[in-house]
Amino acid sequence: MNCQESRELKHAYSDGELDLVRSVEIEKHVGDCEACARDYQNLRTLRSAIGSSDLYFKPPAGLRNRVRSAIRGKEKSTDAAGPVFSWVWLKWGLSLTGTALTACVVTAVLLTASADDRLADDITAGHVRSLMASHLTDVPSSDQHTVKPWFDGKLDFAPPVVDLKEHGFPLAGGRLDYLENRPVAALVYQRQKHFINLFIWPANGAGAVEEKTFIRKGYNLVHWTTAGMTFWAVSDLNGTELHDFAELIQGQAAPASPR
Amino acid sequence: MDEHEEQARFEESVMPHLDAAYNLARWLTRNEHDAQDVVQDAFVRALKFFGGFRGGNSRSWLLTIVRNTCYSWLEKNRKHELVTAFDEDLHAIEDNSHNPELLLLKDADRQVVRQAVEELPVEFREVIVLRELEEMSYKEIAEIEGVPIGTVMSRLARARKMLHQCVARQIETGGTK
Repeated sequence: MNCQESRELKHAYSDGELDLVRSVEIEKHVGDCEACARDYQNLRTLRSAIGSSDLYFKPPAGLRNRVRSAIRGKEKSTDAAGPVFSWVWLKWGLSLTGTALTACVVTAVLLTASADDRLADDITAGHVRSLMASHLTDVPSSDQHTVKPWFDGKLDFAPPVVDLKEHGFPLAGGRLDYLENRPVAALVYQRQKHFINLFIWPANGAGAVEEKTFIRKGYNLVHWTTAGMTFWAVSDLNGTELHDFAELIQGQAAPASPR
Repeated sequence: MDEHEEQARFEESVMPHLDAAYNLARWLTRNEHDAQDVVQDAFVRALKFFGGFRGGNSRSWLLTIVRNTCYSWLEKNRKHELVTAFDEDLHAIEDNSHNPELLLLKDADRQVVRQAVEELPVEFREVIVLRELEEMSYKEIAEIEGVPIGTVMSRLARARKMLHQCVARQIETGGTK
């Protein structure tokens, strides 16, 4: 190895990036050549000066938290896209009507609508999941007197369980599900080859809510509140038959007794 | 993957490199406040791209994003700093000092060294930070900078030569400016 090569390769050598053969060569050359030895010594001096000069900048105290809230905030802002949108419409409502009263009604309607819309998505997801996971029922039984007691001790309420076999909607069983941050009852009914999931849990407010229908991803949903219970029926059954089913349940379900 | 799970995974594997991210941004922007803005921006970007990151060296991955964010920032705010003072190919490692003097540095010369690094053009400053402070391999640096390993070698040689000259000159003329 000559001086030129030695001085070109000294960096790679110093950084431990040089292969063994050339490392041995450069060591031999630096051992023999005084000028190259000095040159290499200077590189070592410089590098050790850099190493001991405390050049590493430590982040200021608040930066970690600032970054953390920025990345968490980013997640939040994506979630908040919906409500922001409603707020725009609400402002529209305000400017159009000019009265606070109407604005309140608009807000209430918007909030209820969006809550139901979101719930309809969750209900549909619950229905699809129950069919996919081969976990349609925890208690497969067409006997309402078997299904109803099964929920005892598993829920803090007693869901009304009725059989509608005579009307062409035989009970297939019951299952625990989880919606709105709480365990709920899911009753499974059948109509020929179609399954109906009927989700039931205690209603938040008093007062009945009349039947509302939704369509999600090709599934029909019917929602109502009666006798202190919230009901959601979901199925791939057509809307008319699902409505008939809902009417039968409303007509036959005995008022439940929240414990 | 669940969004919260991904967020948790991100914080676990990427947040520990905040120090490295800040150090690089601080050296490239040469300003404490701008460095903080750049780091925040880089982390938000990193989270966005995190889905595409499939394991591996998370420090290199993050520093690549920090580096690119810094260059975007420089492009916008300090464009003149991006003009390279040297044509690397023309000036590739020409070390003609056949009989160099021995460089002697005292503890008191730390400030001289710091200032010399600060005055390097940005791509040379960057390679010094990644090699000497982050102790990264040529291969890692090449990936972060998006250049061949040979370019890393020549930049590093060039950067050290400039540092040497600057430091030697400062000591000769007696201390810091």
